[in-house]
Amino acid sequence: MREIHVNDIVTVLEKLFVDANINLPDNVYKALEKAAEKEESPLGREVIRELINNAGLAKSEGLPICQDTGLAVTFIEIGQDVHINGGILADAVDEGVRRAYKKGYLRKSCCDPLTRKNTGDNTPAILHVKIVPGDRIKIVVLPKGGGSENYGEVRMLVPSEGKEGVKSFILQMINKGGPNPCPPIIVGIGIGGNLETSAILSKEALMVPIGVRNGDPFLSAFEAEILEEINKTGIGPQGYGGTVTALDVHIKMLPCHIASLPVAVNIQCHAHRLKEVII
Amino acid sequence: MEIRRIITPLAEDVIEQLKTGEKVFLSGYIYTARDAAHKRFIEALNKGENLPIEIKDQVIYYCGPSPASPGRVIGACGPTTSSRVDVYAPKLISMGLKGMIGKGKRSQMVKDAIKQYKSVYFGATGGAGALISKCVLSSVVIAYEELGPEAVMKLEVKDLPLFVINDIYGNDLYDEGVKKYKR
Repeated sequence: MREIHVNDIVTVLEKLFVDANINLPDNVYKALEKAAEKEESPLGREVIRELINNAGLAKSEGLPICQDTGLAVTFIEIGQDVHINGGILADAVDEGVRRAYKKGYLRKSCCDPLTRKNTGDNTPAILHVKIVPGDRIKIVVLPKGGGSENYGEVRMLVPSEGKEGVKSFILQMINKGGPNPCPPIIVGIGIGGNLETSAILSKEALMVPIGVRNGDPFLSAFEAEILEEINKTGIGPQGYGGTVTALDVHIKMLPCHIASLPVAVNIQCHAHRLKEVII
Repeated sequence: MEIRRIITPLAEDVIEQLKTGEKVFLSGYIYTARDAAHKRFIEALNKGENLPIEIKDQVIYYCGPSPASPGRVIGACGPTTSSRVDVYAPKLISMGLKGMIGKGKRSQMVKDAIKQYKSVYFGATGGAGALISKCVLSSVVIAYEELGPEAVMKLEVKDLPLFVINDIYGNDLYDEGVKKYKR
């Protein structure tokens, strides 16, 4: 049994959330540069240039890429040969988030859903935990803004709607969001499982690096097909019209009930903040 | 791309020149307010009270910045989604509000008010919070401090990069752009 103290988890979480909010991952930066070449609209290219400048400035000045520094979405994979000591895991995650958002001058965007009172420290984190083989802990953070999250949805399709039904639902959501989720977007799609699994799959799909296709040839082709359709909508960068509406589309799929076809869409803005560490 | 420079307060002859799809650099004083602050504006007006800010010929920016770290004027400060303010905006436009800065589509009621009262809706680039931060010369909280990031701030900006989305002639960049590039 490998022992890991909660304090190590607190420290890692603090660093990860600050880092994620300031430093855009290289693969996203490169995808934006590629998009600037591919985009046919002059206004669209101008917008993408602003985004590239913004990412550079955020890094050099130590400023958040976007003022919406998100809810603190955290995925943790714990090796089953690890024992966490010194406290409770969820508390450690929240403490890391609390420190990151305070010391990192990040915006606290977490509030009571009905009274709208801010919790004051961006906790509680949105925490997903999985037990995996091994004696390591993998922590992935994905601070997620409200603008893009608001245009996600889970829909329980009728099985007969099949692949075309899935595609039509996704395009419906993209068109509904239009400029609001800050295109060029990244689209996470969860197919199958049940209501909550499809939603989590769609979020996990966002953690796949841009340009990496699904290992299943059928799904890989489906991703490419949906991406092409999304880029034909004309929405473009910031919705000002253009040919690059999405940077990529990722699908994750699991078996589902014989009576169901759950599909979840999770939209991510171009400020795709994602960092991970393995302890 | 030729870029027009405009200053606040916005004069009517300047507004008349602005056309959907053009990029402008805005300088001068603007006020931040999100939906929570707008709700309070309307409640104050309904009670017959004065607003904490001047509205006539002014520009409101839908923005809730991240906190300023030591030595900085402001944190990241890109736009938030404008549609959440749509229920409140027509009233302010009718009182002489000349410019709104945000991101995303407006309701038909807002677009009608923009045309009727000669106001303009500008898009700031969503997610360009660091870039926009560098355009802010000063910031001061002037109302509703208890709303935290949603407090009303007076910002002095220089060359804030914006795109004209809804002009006074009834044009809408979101509709026109999509039409042009839809395949």
